[in-house]
Amino acid sequence: MSSAHSFDVLVIGAGPAGIAAAVRAAERGVRVGIVDDNSTLGGQIWRGGSDQQDESASKWRERLRDAAVFTLPGKRVFDQPVAGVLLAESDHELCELRYKNLVVATGARERFLPFPGWTLPNVLGAGGLQAMVKQGLPIRGKRVVVAGTGPLLLAVAAYLRKHGAQVPVLCEQAPWSRLAGFATALVSEPTKISQALRLTGELAGVSFAANSWPLAAHGQNQLETVTISRSGKSQDIPCDYLACGFHLVPNIELPLLLGCRIHEGFVHVDDLQQTSISNIFCAGEPTAIGGVDLALAEGQIAGLAASGHAASAQLFRQRERARRFARVLDRTFRLRDELKHLPSPETFVCRCEDVPFSRLRNHASWRAAKLHTRCGMGPCQGRICGPASEFLFNWRPDSVRPPIFPVRVENLAALDDSQRLAIPFATGDAYARPNMK
Amino acid sequence: MNQSAYDVIVVGAGIVGAACADEFAARGMRVLIVDREVVGSGATAAGMGHIVVMDDSDAQFALTRYSQQLWQALRPQLAEDVEYEQCGTIWAAADEEEMAEVQRKNEYYASRGVPTQVLDAKALQQFEPNLRSGMEGGLLVPEDAVLYPPCAARFLIGRAQQRGATLRLGASAVQTGHGQVGLSDGAQMSAALIVIAAGASSSELIPGIEIKKRKGHLVITDRYPGFLRHQLVELGYLKSAHSVTSDSVAFNVQPRQTGQILIGSSRQYGAEHRDVDHDILTRMLQRARLYMPALGSLSAVRTWTGFRAATPDKLPLIGPWPPDKSLFLATGHEGLGITTSLATARILVDQIAGSHPQIPVEPYLPSRTAKECAHA
Amino acid sequence: MPSPVSVVVNGKPVSVPSGTTVAVAMMIAGHTCRTSVTGEPRGPFCGMGICFECRAVVNGIPHSRSCQILCESGMDVRTDE
Repeated sequence: MSSAHSFDVLVIGAGPAGIAAAVRAAERGVRVGIVDDNSTLGGQIWRGGSDQQDESASKWRERLRDAAVFTLPGKRVFDQPVAGVLLAESDHELCELRYKNLVVATGARERFLPFPGWTLPNVLGAGGLQAMVKQGLPIRGKRVVVAGTGPLLLAVAAYLRKHGAQVPVLCEQAPWSRLAGFATALVSEPTKISQALRLTGELAGVSFAANSWPLAAHGQNQLETVTISRSGKSQDIPCDYLACGFHLVPNIELPLLLGCRIHEGFVHVDDLQQTSISNIFCAGEPTAIGGVDLALAEGQIAGLAASGHAASAQLFRQRERARRFARVLDRTFRLRDELKHLPSPETFVCRCEDVPFSRLRNHASWRAAKLHTRCGMGPCQGRICGPASEFLFNWRPDSVRPPIFPVRVENLAALDDSQRLAIPFATGDAYARPNMK
Repeated sequence: MNQSAYDVIVVGAGIVGAACADEFAARGMRVLIVDREVVGSGATAAGMGHIVVMDDSDAQFALTRYSQQLWQALRPQLAEDVEYEQCGTIWAAADEEEMAEVQRKNEYYASRGVPTQVLDAKALQQFEPNLRSGMEGGLLVPEDAVLYPPCAARFLIGRAQQRGATLRLGASAVQTGHGQVGLSDGAQMSAALIVIAAGASSSELIPGIEIKKRKGHLVITDRYPGFLRHQLVELGYLKSAHSVTSDSVAFNVQPRQTGQILIGSSRQYGAEHRDVDHDILTRMLQRARLYMPALGSLSAVRTWTGFRAATPDKLPLIGPWPPDKSLFLATGHEGLGITTSLATARILVDQIAGSHPQIPVEPYLPSRTAKECAHA
Repeated sequence: MPSPVSVVVNGKPVSVPSGTTVAVAMMIAGHTCRTSVTGEPRGPFCGMGICFECRAVVNGIPHSRSCQILCESGMDVRTDE
C-alpha cells in the first residue's frame, strides 16, 4: 500500500521551525506539505500538552490550521533514492514525497552520556521521562532525580513537579560561574524573563545543585538509588526515576544523506537558510542548538526563501538576537572533562549491542570501533552511542547510508524507477486539517 | 649495513593479509603488516563471512575445500567475537533444471568426500519454513560455516603479533617493489619479500595485475532468532557469479549468530563509487522476497556496499609475481576471500618456504596471467 | 472522561487511560520491555522513538517501538522475558 505526493515546498519536521516554515510558505500560495515521524505535530517542544502552551505556540498552531498545508503525520523519512524524491514509512505504508524545494527542520535529540547503572530500567532521558509522563505514566508522589545539563532540565523538573512528582535535586554539571552568565543573558531577553519567572515559581522547593553530576545508578532489576557528585562530595539519593540528559545534539542524518555540507556537526546555511544544495533549506536545531525563538526565526526565513520570497528585516533581527542566545547556551552548557571519566570499564556505551567502555577504548576511530565491536551498528544507528563516543573519545562520526532509520525490508525494496512513475499523485483536494492536539 | 627489520611485509590487513601474516609468523619469520585504514576494513568488512565449498572448477573446489577444513580445525581457538557458526549452506532449487544441478553438485561433492544431503521439497520446507512454497528442493552442505570477518582478521593479526609481527595502520602503500615499500606518510621499509594482499586496490599498487572491482550490496536486519537456520543460496547464484559483464542480483541470505539476517547479493562491474545503488538494492531485495516473502516485514537496520577483487578467470592470484623477485601476490579472491584466506596463506608460504603445498598451486599462480609483463 | 483501554501484557490484562502508550502500559504493569543482548532488563529510555530500548512484540510484530504506539483495546503485548 503506497501513496505519492508532490509539493512546491516540502518541510521535514513539524516542530516550531518546520511549522513556521510551512506556514510562511503556504501563506504565499505555494503548495506545501509537512511531514513528521510522530503521529502528533508540534515536535518535542510543542507536542501533546496544553499545559505547555504559551502564546507563541498557540498562535502558530492556529496559523497552521488556517494555512493550506498538507500534513503527513506519522511518517518517517528514510531515503532519497533520486534527487527530489524522498521515501517515508508509516506503520504499514510507504509514502513517496516529491519536492521542488525542501526545508529540513528535523530538530534535535538529547545527548546521553554513559555512567555505571545508566541502563537500569527507570533511568531515562530528561525529555524521555517527560515524554513518558505525557504518554500516561503516573508520576504523582514519585521521587525523581533530574540530572545532566541544559535548560531542558529546568523545564522537565518544573513539569514533573506540576504533575505531583517530588524532585529532591536537580544536578547541573555546569559551574555556577557559567550559570550566572546564562542568567544574565536570560534577563536581557524580555520573553525569557517571563519564562524564567514562571520556572522559578514552578521550581520552588527543588534543590538546584550546580557543579553536580550523576556518578552511578543502583538497583537490583530497576533503579533504587542514584549516587551524585555534589561540589566534590558524593551523595546517595533513593528515588524512583532518574531523568538524565546532557543537552541536545542536532538531527543531521537527513541533511547528511542529502549531501548538505556540515560544519562542526551542524548544517551549514547561508543568510537565507539555504544549505550547500540550492533547493534544500535548513532551519532550527540542525543549524545550531538555539531553542524555540531561533527555530521560529530560521523557520520563517527558510519558508519564505523556499517559496521564493524575501524575509523582512525584522525577521533577520529576530534571528540575530536568537543566535546570540544560542551562543550563550552553547558556552554555558559545555560538558566538563570529569564526565569523560564517569563510565567504568564494564559500563555499556552502546546499548543496542551491549558494548562496554573497556572494549571501545582500544580503538583509534569510530569506524574501527564499529567494525570490531559493533558499537553503533544496532537499530539506533548510533543516535545514542554516537554523541557519547564523540565526547568520550574525540571520534569523528562517519557518513550515513540509507535507510537513515530502520525500515521494513519491503519498503526499502519497494520502488524501482518503473514502478515509481506508475503511482498516481495525490490531488489538491486531499489537503487535510492538521492533526495537532 | 643494509639489514632489514623484516623478512616479509604484507600489504593489506584484510582477511587474506591477516591469514598470510599469521602463517608467516607461525613459521618464524619477522612480519610487518601495513594497511591504510584499520584491520579488516575493505572487502573484509563488507562481505558476508560465508565459508563455503564451491565447485565452479576443480581448482576452485580444491582451494575452498582445503581452506574450509583449515577453518574447521581452527575453530576451537577462535575468539568469541569471531562468531564462527557451522550453520551449513543450502543450495536452493526453484525448478527441475536447478534440481538437476543439485544432483550434479551432490555427486561432485560426495565423490570428493564433502558431506552433503539432498533435500526434497518437503525436507527443504522443514529445514527452512520461511522459504516460499513450491521450491523443488535443495542441497545441504552441513560443514559450511559463517563468521564475522573483521574480528576474524583481527584474531589472525593478533596471533601474528603474539609471535612478534608488527602492525602499522593509517598510511597507504604508495610504491611497492624491489624489496621496498614506501608509505604515504613518507616511511620506507625494506624486506626480501613483499606480499600484496590489497584486494580490490591491488591493481592500483601494481600495474599489470588484472583485477577489477566488483561491487556488492548487503542489507542487515534486526534480530529474528530462528527465522533462518542455514546460509541459503539460490542456484541461480552461479549464473550471476559467472557473468563477467552485466550487473546481476541473486538470492543469498545468512543467519548471523546474533540472530540478524544478512541479505544479499549483487554484482556490478564498472561501479567505482561506494554509494548505495538504489536500483540494484531494490532488485536484490525484491529477488530475496521472491524466495522468502516473510523477509519483507523484517526491519532493515543498515545497508552497505563493498568491492570484491575480481580476476578474469575467477581464480585468485597466489604466488610470485614474475616481473619482480621480491613481490608475491595474495589477491583477487572475488567473493571467496573469507573462505580461502587460510589456504591462500598456506600455499603461498609453502611456495616461499619450499615446502610441498597440499594442493597443486598452478591454477592460482600469477604467472598464468603474465602476457607482456614489463621487465623491472 | 474517555473510557479506559484494556491491553494484554504477557498474558495479563492491564487497564490504562485512553491515550496511554504501550511502553507506559508495560511500565504500569511492572514489566520491562526487553532483554539486552547480554541479558540485562531494559525499559523505555529516550521517550521519542530513537533508542529502541522500548521494543516489544505488539500484536505479533517483533521490534515494535512501544513508546510510539498508543494502546488499543485488546492489543497483545509480549516482552521478551
